[in-house]
Amino acid sequence: MAAPATQAEGPTGEKPSCYRPLDGRSPMAVAAPAAAPRAVSRRAARPILDLVSRRILFGIITLFAVSVVVFLATQVLPGNAAAAALGRNATPASLRALERQMHLNRGVAAQYWSWLSGLLTGRLGNSLANGLPVWGFVSGRLVNSAVLVFVTGAIGSAAGVILGAIAALRRDGHFDHITSVVALAATSLPEFVIAIALIIVFSTLVTHLLPAVSLLPPGTYAWDQPELLILPVATLVIVIVPYIMRMMRAAMIEALESDYVEMARLKGVPERQVVLRHALPNAIAPTIQVIGLNFLYLAGGVVVVEYVYNFPGIGQGLVFAVDNRDIPTIQLIVVVLAAFYVFMNILTDVIAVLATPRRRIAR
Amino acid sequence: MAAVTPGLSPAAPAAPAAASRARRHEWLTALWGAARTTRGAIGLGLASFVVLLAVLGPRFAPYSPNALQTFPFGKPSVHFLLGGDFLGRDVLSRVLNGGWILLLMAAAATAIGIIAGAAAGVSAAYLRGRSYGIIMRTVYVILSFPQLVFALLLLSLIGPKPWLIVLAVGLSHAPAVARVLRSATLDISEQDYIKVAELQGMRPARVMIREIMPNLISPLMVEVGLRLTYSIIIIAGLAFLGFSQAPPAPNWGTMINENRIGLQLNPWAVIVPALLIALLTIGTNTFTDAVARVTIGVERRPAEAALLDDIGLRDAG
Repeated sequence: MAAPATQAEGPTGEKPSCYRPLDGRSPMAVAAPAAAPRAVSRRAARPILDLVSRRILFGIITLFAVSVVVFLATQVLPGNAAAAALGRNATPASLRALERQMHLNRGVAAQYWSWLSGLLTGRLGNSLANGLPVWGFVSGRLVNSAVLVFVTGAIGSAAGVILGAIAALRRDGHFDHITSVVALAATSLPEFVIAIALIIVFSTLVTHLLPAVSLLPPGTYAWDQPELLILPVATLVIVIVPYIMRMMRAAMIEALESDYVEMARLKGVPERQVVLRHALPNAIAPTIQVIGLNFLYLAGGVVVVEYVYNFPGIGQGLVFAVDNRDIPTIQLIVVVLAAFYVFMNILTDVIAVLATPRRRIAR
Repeated sequence: MAAVTPGLSPAAPAAPAAASRARRHEWLTALWGAARTTRGAIGLGLASFVVLLAVLGPRFAPYSPNALQTFPFGKPSVHFLLGGDFLGRDVLSRVLNGGWILLLMAAAATAIGIIAGAAAGVSAAYLRGRSYGIIMRTVYVILSFPQLVFALLLLSLIGPKPWLIVLAVGLSHAPAVARVLRSATLDISEQDYIKVAELQGMRPARVMIREIMPNLISPLMVEVGLRLTYSIIIIAGLAFLGFSQAPPAPNWGTMINENRIGLQLNPWAVIVPALLIALLTIGTNTFTDAVARVTIGVERRPAEAALLDDIGLRDAG
């Protein structure tokens, strides 16, 4: 496939007609790099920059779409948000007052515009549950959830990569079989069942080593009492490690059976170096995508886990807000989660490209 | 999924084509083959045990699930084998009555997710147009939002109605199912028999239903199993968070939450429903794993293959 491309490439630097510089995902573009590194347009000469800018643009479009969906779902769709918020206590007067406060008496486009501009300029409105500013309720929780997610992600990724690599190296050995059965069971369990089991073992019936609830006094953050993080982090790590481990194992086995590893072995490269320099870097690229997916999962997984342990993060905040039908709070938390989601998507794509030698080359 | 019945429905056409009969057997052979592996047998056994308990439970419950019978968090006794819950209702009766709703909702959500996802994924791969691809990508991103958050968003306004939970969870499965089936369809739509069908003038919709779908049975079976497991996890999770049927109705997820303050007094009110949910999800997931090993191969499950496709690594290898 690459040979005709080389011939088509003239001294003028014109790109071959079969080559589509914008579509990085076609097999053609993936197979081409070794053959035609110089002949391509300036734009494709910097694949990373190109990818990042396209991804950011796509991310902005996505965030816009999400904001429309969130807005329509919560404020416009069925019935009236003010009536939903007031529930059975609604009187015609209070309903009208709240409608005015939420700008429900205006057109949909105007409502959306005032909501979006408020979101962008930091005027986020007040909670319908207690009348206090929404940002005050969310900001502290955001910090706590971020700590929870990143501590979990760091521990879980490291553990998953190491366990997966060992399982691949000792394929079909005892370690491989045991981890595969345990991983299968762990991926089957709901978070709250794992959490309840940990509470039973570590903080109530069996032993009393750790606190069963992670209540933080107002004004303090998760790092002030690290022991409160142990059980929530342990629960989420148990959930994410099996996925990362399985992907790492599959990718590592594929890398170990590849031609370049065979070549390195035949050249007489020591096995240790074959694994660390040749197999591992190529196995990590697809694993990074799965690690990214697991960060995305954590954006939802924190909801149940924070609720079980009474951990004051945005997940628990979302459950409270849905319980109270506190629409401004729900909107803000969901948009924050969406922004995190889009950001992580871009980040994992870029890191995966950086980590795959053959995709890093300009094409 | 485990309980799929083999029987041909009497309404089926009297003389189906030989080919379609062979395909039907292929599908059963895969399930039977999976059930005969160690993992498959364990998975099927666990899942069937919990399903039987949930379905037959209401017939054998000693008391009404909502009647106040004993002390709050009363210890187990001869009359109340698993003790009392936080209001003094019989835990055993609530356990026996609280499973079928979970199974029913999970099965319905799985059906919605598979049908919507298969339609989107197969048509995206077969029809291929560029604008269609962009639409699909956008829909992926919006809908592949954390499933639980998506469900909570929908529940926040209308309230926790069971039908809405089923719909929300079902729709949130669709993008993942679509991604897997799109990847599988891309491989199939290059085959000669598809070209033959097209040259014979078969309409695209017919090609997809008659020629492509029967060849997607293995990934489809695995997807049904996976989505069923995830449906149970999410629906039980929502019940745990307090979003399920109206309060007095028994539900395993709800029971765990409402009785956990009395964990020291009567742990069975928490342990038994949690254990049943765990056995059920481990059972369905293990059986699904066995089906995947029998039909697709040991090393890679379809979700991971689809992921590799998406990053473009499989072609480059």
